[in-house]
Amino acid sequence: MDTQSYFPVPPGVGMEENFLSLDDILLSHERLPIRTECTFPQLGFLEKSIPESPGTKMELPLWLTKGLYERKRKVVSVELPKVYKEGWRTVFNADPNVVDLHKMGPYYYGLGSQMLHFDSPENPEIAQTLLQTFIARFRRTMDSSQNAYNEDTSAFVERLDCLEKALFRSGQSGLNGFQSWEKGQASQLTASSLVLNYRKRKITDVQP
Amino acid sequence: MFCEKAIELIRELHRMSDGQLPAFNEDGLRQVLQEMEALYEQNQSDVNEAKSEGRAELIPSIKLRHCCLLRNQRCVTAYLYDRLLRIRALRWEYGSVLPANVRFHMCAEELQWFSQYKKSLASFMRSLGGDEGLDITQDMKPPKSLYIEVRCLKDHGEFEIDDGTVILLKKNSQVRTGCHSSSSTVLKTCEMFQVVMVTSPLSSALPAAVEM
Repeated sequence: MDTQSYFPVPPGVGMEENFLSLDDILLSHERLPIRTECTFPQLGFLEKSIPESPGTKMELPLWLTKGLYERKRKVVSVELPKVYKEGWRTVFNADPNVVDLHKMGPYYYGLGSQMLHFDSPENPEIAQTLLQTFIARFRRTMDSSQNAYNEDTSAFVERLDCLEKALFRSGQSGLNGFQSWEKGQASQLTASSLVLNYRKRKITDVQP
Repeated sequence: MFCEKAIELIRELHRMSDGQLPAFNEDGLRQVLQEMEALYEQNQSDVNEAKSEGRAELIPSIKLRHCCLLRNQRCVTAYLYDRLLRIRALRWEYGSVLPANVRFHMCAEELQWFSQYKKSLASFMRSLGGDEGLDITQDMKPPKSLYIEVRCLKDHGEFEIDDGTVILLKKNSQVRTGCHSSSSTVLKTCEMFQVVMVTSPLSSALPAAVEM
């Protein structure tokens, strides 16, 4: 197993985001359907995107929605994306394993947790569904990550959400580390993968 | 829409999830800072207008621009910080001399940060383990052998490790003992109090995970 030296800032847990986490920044870039409740005059170059009249439906990224949302004063009102509504929730409650979570929005769990900030009356149900879906799917993810050695796992991985993908990856790296230890490769001196990658790129840099 | 350039910077780093350092995107950074300046100017004038003429309906626009400013700030900070984490990893994986093509990807401030980090690490390593210092960037994996040899520096008499074995610590005698965690941490403590000195197989780090 390679010694890890690069430790990126991990994504936040639950409703919290980590300020410096690249994953959380990309997550908060996802768009939500909202409805404007007031006007935004004099926006200049941004004017084309924000409508003049209140009550228009449009899509804004999560970071902007979180920033503009206020419980008392109505600036924007947030609608739930399709995946977190009643219809899809019953699908998830029935059998979460068949759903392609990557297609449903690659950050299903992350975005769902962030949606809880917007005081929707369905919050308890959304939270419950998120948790139950994760629990049900986790067994499969963990099983596959621990038993798929030297196989093509892309068909399985492409239906996973980002959080599940990260779990799968760490499971696989543990499995690979164990297998290489069993073969006695753990004590062999190997060049760090970082160093190898830099050497590889050097050759392509030289070529015009 | 808004803050597109900033998210581009983040995506650039996210693409290389294994910790490689891409070239420093000076252009991108400059564009983000220009966007921030423009937003700030507009907000300043709007705030003055809202205060002086009492136009409260400008407030949502001001709030929106402020969110964009905060977002740009977040993206830029995360971009620079993640790059520093990668550069720090380079010191541990590569060593203190970086090849030219990697140095080329770093901006002047990052190079300066790297040399200062190197200095801090070196002075820390020098302060460990008595006179010679301890190179903790070597031997990052646990040792293969089960035993370590330890030489006594002082007479300590009988010493019982927590797995029950009693060792006799007499000055200049060599003792062979198990490498597993409990006895090694006990020996590490003894090393700190300069009772014993580890001689082999690794004269550097004992089998504990090296943390930065």
